Amino acid sequence: MATILVHVMPKPEILDPQGKAVGSALARLGFTGIESVRQGKRFELTIDGEVTDAMLERVREAASAMLSNPVIEDVVEVTVL
Amino acid sequence: MTARIGVVTFPGTLDDRDALRAVRLAGGEAVPLWHGDASLKDVDAVVLPGGFSYGDYLRAGAIARFAPIMDAVVDAANGGMPVLGICNGFQVLTEVHLLPGSMIKNEHLHFICRDQTLRVENADTSWTAEYRAGEEITIPLKNQDGQYVADERTLDELEAEGRVAFRYVGFNPNGSRRDIAGITNARGNVVGLMPHPEHAAEPGFGPDSVQGGRTGTDGLAFFTSAIKGLLATA
Repeated sequence: MATILVHVMPKPEILDPQGKAVGSALARLGFTGIESVRQGKRFELTIDGEVTDAMLERVREAASAMLSNPVIEDVVEVTVL
Repeated sequence: MTARIGVVTFPGTLDDRDALRAVRLAGGEAVPLWHGDASLKDVDAVVLPGGFSYGDYLRAGAIARFAPIMDAVVDAANGGMPVLGICNGFQVLTEVHLLPGSMIKNEHLHFICRDQTLRVENADTSWTAEYRAGEEITIPLKNQDGQYVADERTLDELEAEGRVAFRYVGFNPNGSRRDIAGITNARGNVVGLMPHPEHAAEPGFGPDSVQGGRTGTDGLAFFTSAIKGLLATA
């Protein structure tokens, strides 16, 4: 068993309303010095068996076909845990 | 004869009953469709209604887009069948790439529910032919992920090709780019919008209007537009 991580973030040019809200709440709580926050998603895909190059490629396909919407999000990282 | 208009129910859909009722009120035959079926049951048009399909998990509309019935919906839409996506249905249409752009969380982060005035910018689509271009209508709006976004090039194309079908008037309720409330494909058969015409189709249950409380039926013409268009070409 192995785990592949997929990280998805809102595109830099897309306003991230959730990240903005988290950022202002942090400032309100006294966590100063944080310039801004952007919020993304982390998927953990548990793989049956070893992670092969072919499996990584299929996960990359899945990441762009379903786990992210290329209009508003980027797949920033696909790695093995 | 009359037009058969199908309404798809996904797990988590909320407004399928209202959409079916609006079809009947407009004089059409309302046909319930099920997400897990592959058949469109010989309908002449399809409505993807509002709600929270699959709990809005992953992204609004992202999982519904892969439901078995969606292959048939995409094929039919590409063949010219009128398809209307309302709210979550609009989100499904963008996820399945029948319409460009996407919806993200409202700029102010709150769920919003209000009677919303829109301007019909394009009265040449399958779902707007019974309106006048420039006509202002008031129908309910209720969403959390209603902020329409697309890159500047796509927005410019939509504007240049007259594909902005509806624009918010007086108040932009969710931060949508260029006040866009709804769009159409180039052919005019696939239309998506965030506000809810099916909730303004019957006196006593619609928005307030100059006639009195809850008398507004500005949404009914979406459905009569499709039915008249279908009967004219039958």
